[in-house]
Amino acid sequence: MSPLHPVEMGQISPIFGKLNWDSIPFDEPLPLVSSAVVAIAILSILGWVWKKGLFPYLWKEWITSVDHKRIGVMYCVLAAVMLLRGFSDALLMRSQQAIAYMNPGYLPPDHYDQIFSAHGTIMIFFVAMTFMIGLMNFALPLQLGVRDVAFPTLNSVSFWLTASGALLLNISLVVGEFAKTGWVVYPPLSELRFSPGVGVDYYLWAIQISGVGTLLSGVNLVTTILKMRAPGMGYTRMPMFCWTSLAANLLIVAAFPILTATLAMLTLDRYLGFHFFTNEAGGNQMMFVNLIWAWGHPEVYILILPAFGIFSEVVSTFSGKPLFGYRSMIAATMVICILSFMVWLHHFFTMGAGADVNGFFGITTMIIAVPTGVKVFNWLFTMYGGRIRFTSMMLWSLGFMVTFVIGGMTGVLLAVPPADFVLHNSLFLVAHFHNVVIGGVLFGAFAGLTYWWPKAFGFTLDERWGKRAFWFWIVGFYVAFMPLYVLGLMGMTRRLGHYDVAAWHPWLIAAAVGAVLIAIGIACQIVMIYVSIRDRERLADTSGDPWDGRTLEWITTSPPPPFNFAVLPNVQGEEAYWDIKSRALEKKQLSDRPEYEHFEMPHNSPTGIVTAFFATVMGFALIWHIWWMVILGFLGAWATFVVFAWRDEAEYEVPAEEARRRDAERRRAKAILLGLPEDSVA
Amino acid sequence: MSAQAAARHGGHGHGGGDPNHLGHGDTPISEQGPASKRIVVAYGFWIFLLSDFIMFSGFFAAYAVLVGETAGGPGGRDLFELPLVAGETALLLLSSFACGMAGIAMHARSIKWFQVAMAATALLGAGFLALELYEFLHLIGEGAGPGRSAFLSAFFALVGCHGVHVALGLAWLTTMMAQVWTKGFREDIDRRIACFMLFWHALDIIWVALFTVVYLLGAGAAT
Amino acid sequence: MIAGKPRSIRIAAVAVALLLAACEPGVLNPAGPVAAGERTVLLNSLVIMLGIVIPTIVATLAFAWWFRAGNTRATYLPTWTYSGRVELLVWSVPALVVIFLAGITWIGSHDLAPEKPLASKVAPIEVQVVALDWKWLFIYPGQNVATVNRLVIPVGTPVRFRITSGTVMNSFFVPQLGSQIYAMSGMDSRLHLQADQPGSYRGMSAHYSGEGFADMNFVVDAVPRAQFAGWVAQTRAAGPLLDGPGFAELAREASSVKTPFSYRAVLPGLYDRIVAHAGAAVRDTADSGREDKK
Repeated sequence: MSPLHPVEMGQISPIFGKLNWDSIPFDEPLPLVSSAVVAIAILSILGWVWKKGLFPYLWKEWITSVDHKRIGVMYCVLAAVMLLRGFSDALLMRSQQAIAYMNPGYLPPDHYDQIFSAHGTIMIFFVAMTFMIGLMNFALPLQLGVRDVAFPTLNSVSFWLTASGALLLNISLVVGEFAKTGWVVYPPLSELRFSPGVGVDYYLWAIQISGVGTLLSGVNLVTTILKMRAPGMGYTRMPMFCWTSLAANLLIVAAFPILTATLAMLTLDRYLGFHFFTNEAGGNQMMFVNLIWAWGHPEVYILILPAFGIFSEVVSTFSGKPLFGYRSMIAATMVICILSFMVWLHHFFTMGAGADVNGFFGITTMIIAVPTGVKVFNWLFTMYGGRIRFTSMMLWSLGFMVTFVIGGMTGVLLAVPPADFVLHNSLFLVAHFHNVVIGGVLFGAFAGLTYWWPKAFGFTLDERWGKRAFWFWIVGFYVAFMPLYVLGLMGMTRRLGHYDVAAWHPWLIAAAVGAVLIAIGIACQIVMIYVSIRDRERLADTSGDPWDGRTLEWITTSPPPPFNFAVLPNVQGEEAYWDIKSRALEKKQLSDRPEYEHFEMPHNSPTGIVTAFFATVMGFALIWHIWWMVILGFLGAWATFVVFAWRDEAEYEVPAEEARRRDAERRRAKAILLGLPEDSVA
Repeated sequence: MSAQAAARHGGHGHGGGDPNHLGHGDTPISEQGPASKRIVVAYGFWIFLLSDFIMFSGFFAAYAVLVGETAGGPGGRDLFELPLVAGETALLLLSSFACGMAGIAMHARSIKWFQVAMAATALLGAGFLALELYEFLHLIGEGAGPGRSAFLSAFFALVGCHGVHVALGLAWLTTMMAQVWTKGFREDIDRRIACFMLFWHALDIIWVALFTVVYLLGAGAAT
Repeated sequence: MIAGKPRSIRIAAVAVALLLAACEPGVLNPAGPVAAGERTVLLNSLVIMLGIVIPTIVATLAFAWWFRAGNTRATYLPTWTYSGRVELLVWSVPALVVIFLAGITWIGSHDLAPEKPLASKVAPIEVQVVALDWKWLFIYPGQNVATVNRLVIPVGTPVRFRITSGTVMNSFFVPQLGSQIYAMSGMDSRLHLQADQPGSYRGMSAHYSGEGFADMNFVVDAVPRAQFAGWVAQTRAAGPLLDGPGFAELAREASSVKTPFSYRAVLPGLYDRIVAHAGAAVRDTADSGREDKK
């Protein structure tokens, strides 16, 4: 056992760092071809945009926008694009495992290992999280009855940093390689000694940069919910989605710094020869596992809690009833929020911490099942006595309720240490977390997208294609993942590139068929969006309230004016808009016209995209050890902030007349919707 | 922007953004509509600071786990020089005091005294950083760099993370001085200065914890 | 109508799954007391939870069906939003189930703790397990032999495993014998297993460890005691010696091992040295940011 020598890094040029022509995998057709296809697609879209002269519009109305609705939409677009990327990875894995019985399949380990690492990273950070943050961004200020989030420009910075992380991750497809360590990069495998390539560095910097964005977004939304609500909207009058979002964002603020610190330690190990998690010099790999899950478990609830909120809104709206047990739901949400920090050890019972420790964390994990069960029952009783309209959103919600209780059950099963000792890291676990993430978070995202789409664009999504998508998704899900439960019980572990057990083979083929069904579901969704845009006249939402809604986003027009509300609504009960609507119907007239006054709205700002540009430059330079470029990137980002801070005109004024005019349109639409006489003065 | 406007026009806002004027009228504070911009900004920054504390607690936890892992190398008792650290502490606490003075000068609308106090803050902070840098270079020169053992890794990371915060604080501080120089006091600039001051004092709190946990306990620990 | 389809698929899938999984070697076909105990805990917990999960699913579908907008016979209760009794029910039923499960968990965690020696009149044998890139080294200190990728154990005899890693994290797992435990460099983890039926069982690494992970399998041969003694004698007769340099060579060669082989003798204290040195020194390179393919 000789002492360890410093790791040889190959040649490092002062100008290009580790980067040279060999960094590009010319010898591997798959990533090259796929990235070429992506590049051509992007270029043709850009070309089309250029030809149509849409660049100024995009720059003015979207890229530099600080409007929370626009930013929310951009988050969702990013998430949808990344879903396609992550799902392609899933198809590759499923097909590889379907054929790799007694043969190496078509993906060598070098490639396969990058694919599953990228799949996990993309789906968690850039699909599930990005969808949820996007929907929260879009809906929260509307539901709270205010004109924007607390820090609109910061919001734009958050989004573009997330996009920057996603971009870096995708650059790894062509320049260099991605991590081959799984999506939580356990050391020592992720240490320089065992992963000397740039793959882990791509992971680290992509996640750190997007993580900063997420943290800032968490700070922003917590402040928004706690300090910016319409007059009268006390805490116990906030819609359920606001409550679950509050819980999720508190978790972001409390958990993401742990991730930042943990990844910073791994970065120090890899870049400066520190020994936090190395095998030698006293490093402690178990500390990494503890730290990453101290973030990782709350992260699960960061994803699922907003989805719970969406289901609460959807089930209540389409049952035609207020949410059952509102206060009970709030209590359940906050109990989950707190408990989520006390269960992290269940991710590694097999580390051997001893019976007392394992038993304790097993039990705390199960306790979370109580408030979660309460939520399911409350949705159930919301439907009881309702008049349920089976829209596609309601289907997603019902699909969720049925699917999620199965996923919850297998989750509790994995929380029983003796059961976990044989199921840990098996495909049973893989099936479990896909069961809750697809059946919970993704179904929630789809329900939310369909629900709020008309609010964002002024027309609803085509229901026929939406329902087709639902059926392919849910059947595909069961066909793809039930076999994985079986395979887990048969002792198949995760992340196998090939295998030699005959009994596994048919189940893996079945799972691949499920993945194809899901692919058809995704195709249906793409068709749905196309058809809906084509038929936007037919699907137009002129009332601003297409679902007979109950919360404040439906009081304004679809799409709302940039300032959401000409006058902040006055909230008098738990269901702000429903109450106003009921009163109007009762009195057979709209509420009195308010006094319109002028107010200020924030100017658009390129700060977000410029900061993200420099962050991308800096991240890329750090990955490739191009130090002059790192300094340049840092200075650029700092200069961007200084320029932003130096501006004198941060806001523009919306005159009272403009407010009055937009509100008159809104009141006319509402009068038509409710069958009431219009205002005498338009 | 919207918050302020809403507060004004909704007729429910906190009076003039004064946090002490909490309105004990009929309307509970949670139902008074959006808070003033000053409150929103300070509140958001506090939340950010809490998240920063959590990040530091990650490094503290790592230090606590690795403090015994010296890998046959030197421990805290062999390395830490309390007089030097006492000097660093004095400089940092004095800079916080100077920072407080700058706050008073801002409220008194005295650009001159504000700049003087901020300059003093910056010099004291830079002095602190210089001493820390000296300590680090000294340790590395002795062969007790971060690569020597897990204990030293955790030490350099924890103390260094605080040092990076101070350095970033200095960049922010000088930017604020330049901004007041060119633009004078203004509502948005006032809010930024208030946030900077929260940040600077928060670094003191972390330093006090760091001084106690790392240096005092480390130098006194029986090896 | 609406949600009936997934339900039937689900039930069919679960039924078929359990049926088939029971026929194939896996965690539901225990070959020893630990795996048997774990299967009992697993199935007990599953059944208890199904007791609440199935009614919930049925109620979801039934409520959704009955309260559909077109059903004129269903009563519309647009203001029914709270009921103390229902609240009591929805909090207490899951709570009671969880209390029950918590009991099973606590007792099960202690009864089946991997570090707990198995109660037996037969004296245990010790096997020291070292995870390497990408193979398993088994050292028998009592017998002074070692094997790679083949673990031979006597039937009916408790086996006391000490587990470490000469490389990155792995997990030592034989599904039909029960519990898995992480193999971590610098750590010396304990696990107690026993095979009750003679047979050949599949063993693997259950924690991803890099390029050769998929081939990091081993075979467990549980043989009658007399046969085990014969195997030891046979193993001692041939093969190389496992000493420091021998181990370093084995550890450094980052590849999987298709054909198991054995060592006739082992340097005393080798395992403890591996633990103390936290694995073996390995060097790796990556030119142009991309790793060499092995």
